[in-house]
Amino acid sequence: MAQAVAARPMRELIQWPAQGFTHVPMQVFSDPEIYMWEQDLIFRGPTWHYLGLEIEAPQTNDFFTSAIGDTPVIVVRTADECFNVLVNRCAHKGATVCYQPTGRSERFTCPYHNWIYDHSGKLISVAFEKGIRGRNGESLGGMPADFDKAAHGLRCLRVETIAGLIFGSFSDAAPPLEDYLGPVMSAHMRRTLHGRPKILARYRQMMHNNWKLYAENARDNYHPSLLHAFFATFKLNRLSAEGGVRQDDKNWHHIVFAKKHTDQGAPEYSSGEIRAQKDDFGLNDPTLISSWIEFDDEITNSIETIFPTFTLQQILNSVGTRQLLPLGPEKSELVWTLIGFEEDTDEQAHMRLKQSNLVGPAGLVSMEDGIIGNFVQRGIKGDLGRTAVVLMGGHDVGSAPTRATETSVRGFWKVYKELLHV
Amino acid sequence: MSDGAFGDTARSIAASSHITERITRLMTDYSAVIDNDRLESWPDFFVQNCFYSVIGRSDHEVGRLAGFMYCDNRDMLVDRIRSLRSANVFQPHRYRHIISPPRILAVNGDVVRCETSYALIRTSVPEGAMVVFSTGRYLDEIVFEGSDAKFQRRVAVTDSDRIDMLLVIPI
Repeated sequence: MAQAVAARPMRELIQWPAQGFTHVPMQVFSDPEIYMWEQDLIFRGPTWHYLGLEIEAPQTNDFFTSAIGDTPVIVVRTADECFNVLVNRCAHKGATVCYQPTGRSERFTCPYHNWIYDHSGKLISVAFEKGIRGRNGESLGGMPADFDKAAHGLRCLRVETIAGLIFGSFSDAAPPLEDYLGPVMSAHMRRTLHGRPKILARYRQMMHNNWKLYAENARDNYHPSLLHAFFATFKLNRLSAEGGVRQDDKNWHHIVFAKKHTDQGAPEYSSGEIRAQKDDFGLNDPTLISSWIEFDDEITNSIETIFPTFTLQQILNSVGTRQLLPLGPEKSELVWTLIGFEEDTDEQAHMRLKQSNLVGPAGLVSMEDGIIGNFVQRGIKGDLGRTAVVLMGGHDVGSAPTRATETSVRGFWKVYKELLHV
Repeated sequence: MSDGAFGDTARSIAASSHITERITRLMTDYSAVIDNDRLESWPDFFVQNCFYSVIGRSDHEVGRLAGFMYCDNRDMLVDRIRSLRSANVFQPHRYRHIISPPRILAVNGDVVRCETSYALIRTSVPEGAMVVFSTGRYLDEIVFEGSDAKFQRRVAVTDSDRIDMLLVIPI
């Protein structure tokens, strides 16, 4: 609760519109005090946060660094199937203990004054704790006799894994991970990550917008076929393809899915009213989107979003994770990991490589997401008293048999309001 | 040293300087085409069975192939430009490439391997904000088709693994 102590109470900061989660005050995308409260109430609140893949620390003593919101963390494999998550901040001066992105170590030594921690975060050594021996054998300097090493560890967080994904939580109030996710979300993760994963690519994307504008974007199944023209043109993902939205019972998490083989077309796409539809556009190399039906459910496109900041994607056979990190009120970052499986045939592996062109900051069907949040950020400047409307598909939250709805965006705001008590 | 041997060496030096000149021209023409927004001509710098990718240095160093862009033939380059022109949405911006002289690493038969550093400044339009968008190096395999030097393989390895906002115009 350290950050928000300086901030005014949330209820003084926001007057949420009486309509509830269908109307969003634009102030939440820019206000530094709200941002501080989010760190306390969301990122250190009763939530779980994706940190990385188990295979990123394949052996005991392997570690990698990650973050939960603004807070840097270390993920370390302590035994075969066991991981610890430690706040990456020395108890002495607050320095980053582990400054390398990955490595292997039996203990963590802060580079500043060589305070040493074990994998559970316990402080096991303080350099010159007993001082230096003087000429007459007396001890000079050193820590006071009442210095308690046990009270100066690295904070060790809750950690759980599912389908090779590692999640961490600051909060004892968060339910166990699978209860937090619910059965629909858990099953879909296991379905998408069905093999022995291997990393095909890892890169980052800086966005000049509040983190929630991307959280909305990932849940917004109304926009893809409209904003991402490449998608609609090749019948990869039109709203007229069979698809819909699945949610967990509490509307925290969402899966938007489509089955492109069911596309019957919709008059909007052929009438020229929708910018995204370009009839004269054909690929010179159609093998870019060569794909195979990888899943028994025949879903060709699914975006699973876990509150608050995790996305698991399947776009044709392009499988990957996106970790959303806030970087202050008006900046955020995505950490992308593209995933293949050891079981892939050469042909399948090649298709995944070619399909990697679809996603990421240069993705033919995703690049626009890197700037559309900034378009909003710029648009709302100077008039933060206004509200955004989230009414597509009605006033409710919950699963829907169509993608012409913003039900998942409403779900996000419903949970956001609950956690921030506004 | 016989006259004949001297002549061979001279011819060899002349040939190699000629090759260097053609490679240098390829590099500078490539940058000019992108920076001057003549992107439709960009695929012409490649042979049909080419490979072009843009990949972060960390991925490249551990032997991964996928990166930001992955094109394993010239048609994919044409598709990139057509998508950029007619489908993708982005704030207009301009590139300026600053490139080093090419560092020739090897000549294997008809293929020249070389490495060239670049710095790429991106200017947004109309605000004019300028950022060092990317620095890195090109790892190239160059072949000669008649009088033209062309890329058989060009991998742009970016020093940063992070892209600011989006990458739509090729590097």
